[in-house]
Amino acid sequence: MTGGQDLDALYQEIILDHYKNPLHAGLREPYEAEVHHVNPTCGDEVTLRVHVADGVVGDVSYDAVGCSISQASTSVMSDLLIGKRVDDALAVHQEFLALMQSKGAVEPDEDVLEDGVAFAGVAKFPARIKCALLGWMAWRDALVRAGATTVDNEGAR
Amino acid sequence: MDGLLPELEVVRKDFPILERTLAGDRPLVYLDSANTSQKPQCVIDAMVDHLENHNANVARAMHQLGAESSEAFEAGRDTVASFIGAPSRDEVVFTKNASEALNLLANTMAWAGDHQVGEGDEVLITEMEHHSNIVPWQLLTQRTGATLRWIGLTEDGRLDPADVESLITERTKVVSLTWVSNMLGTVNDVADIARRAHAVGAVVVVDASQAVPQMPVDLQSMPADSRPDALVFTGHKTVGPTGIGVLWGSRALLDALPPFLGGGEMIETVRMESSTYAPLPHKFEAGTPPIVEAVGLGAALRYLGDVGMEAVHAHERALTAQALAGLADMGGVRVLGPLDAADRGGAISFELDGVHPHDVAQVLDSRGIAVRAGHHCARPAHARFGVQSTTRMSSYLYTTPAEIDAFLEGLEETRRYFGVTGKVSA
Repeated sequence: MTGGQDLDALYQEIILDHYKNPLHAGLREPYEAEVHHVNPTCGDEVTLRVHVADGVVGDVSYDAVGCSISQASTSVMSDLLIGKRVDDALAVHQEFLALMQSKGAVEPDEDVLEDGVAFAGVAKFPARIKCALLGWMAWRDALVRAGATTVDNEGAR
Repeated sequence: MDGLLPELEVVRKDFPILERTLAGDRPLVYLDSANTSQKPQCVIDAMVDHLENHNANVARAMHQLGAESSEAFEAGRDTVASFIGAPSRDEVVFTKNASEALNLLANTMAWAGDHQVGEGDEVLITEMEHHSNIVPWQLLTQRTGATLRWIGLTEDGRLDPADVESLITERTKVVSLTWVSNMLGTVNDVADIARRAHAVGAVVVVDASQAVPQMPVDLQSMPADSRPDALVFTGHKTVGPTGIGVLWGSRALLDALPPFLGGGEMIETVRMESSTYAPLPHKFEAGTPPIVEAVGLGAALRYLGDVGMEAVHAHERALTAQALAGLADMGGVRVLGPLDAADRGGAISFELDGVHPHDVAQVLDSRGIAVRAGHHCARPAHARFGVQSTTRMSSYLYTTPAEIDAFLEGLEETRRYFGVTGKVSA
């Protein structure tokens, strides 16, 4: 399961690129909500802010410490979601969540997830799924706290 | 290499899981023994035999199997008592793990009794504790209005002597510390701390979860003033099963503490208004205890005793020295904790420049090498050294020098994989 080939499936070039050069990193103004999420089993942490204006995700800024998967995932997410309408962003969130919960059985939709498809391999490593979802869950929480969505169950669009 | 177990190959054959191959037909290299140890066949067999031939509840079943089961369970207690040199076998209480043993102490000290902790009192722990020796004391002090204090750490991962000097005072009611750090590997001078604590009338609790598996422990041989009042460890790190932990406490302490959990077997007489309690150790063992686990733990400690704890300790030191030397040669590696194998335990936590511990562990895992990544339930100690997490390798009596080499090679490969090449300044 976790031989050399799978290792390459996990650590796609895209992931390593985002890890080394994370996009949209750093905490910025303005923002309506700031959240701090941790992965208690390993200690990965993210502080994340969202700015929403006129139904559009104006900014996602963050300060994170963690592994390549959690760092790259937060970078990919912020790049995907910034500029999208909140509804569309939530749909992307839902798609990513479904991919992570798929145990590798779902073919990711590149039109929706773009660089996010690189995380398809992560779904086969149960221990790393939480890493990939850390930033996404923080964003969703921040969105709810910002009052930008009333949908607070993870499964709904 | 000096210090290795002379019968290492024989020892390895005792542990069936070491025959496992993982993905890509790679042999298992198990370097996560500080997390949980592997089990020898004799432990597995003892537990299977008990379940197949002797299973019954203990102390309450008035039939032949009940007698056999009770005898096997109590024999487990005898083995534990002799393994740690407990002054009396009645001072050995079975819990479900070391955490429960610590919670038993911290809870019963909140309640009325000779050792009740209250406002103005202080509980002293250290910055290198496992969360299980931090959180129960936080709960105790929060509930009682007492104050939690802690001994800080020096740059090389030892207890700060200035804090040891200044923080043990007349206000100190409890000092609880680890014997061997699960993260830094530091071996604390438990006898010295106990002497100082006893001089101010404090109760001394020692978390020996990493000490009992690795080094000889003989409570009886310690002078009374430097012997802890309580010592806890867990079965699964001493080649025994999960689901059982040990609280050893001096009779004076355990008699003075009120009962913890109420229920069957911890009573003498129950009336609807109130009850009287069983003598030690049963006073602290409410409900059906971990019976087959006690049988397994007994077999485990007899196994370690047969190999010899001096020999196990020497083996650990030799492998730790090999690993520390290899890590130092590699460059770009920062080991947290003492760098001399002579005075440390076998857990080595480190940072590899440019690669996060999760990613280190993932690449090692792809080569069949099992290590731990994260904060190892010692987040405050990580914070002290300004790191969020580390990779930890921990060997045991079945670890070979070739496995340490495989681990070191795996780290080189990890660096290549993540494009961290060449020697980085250490």
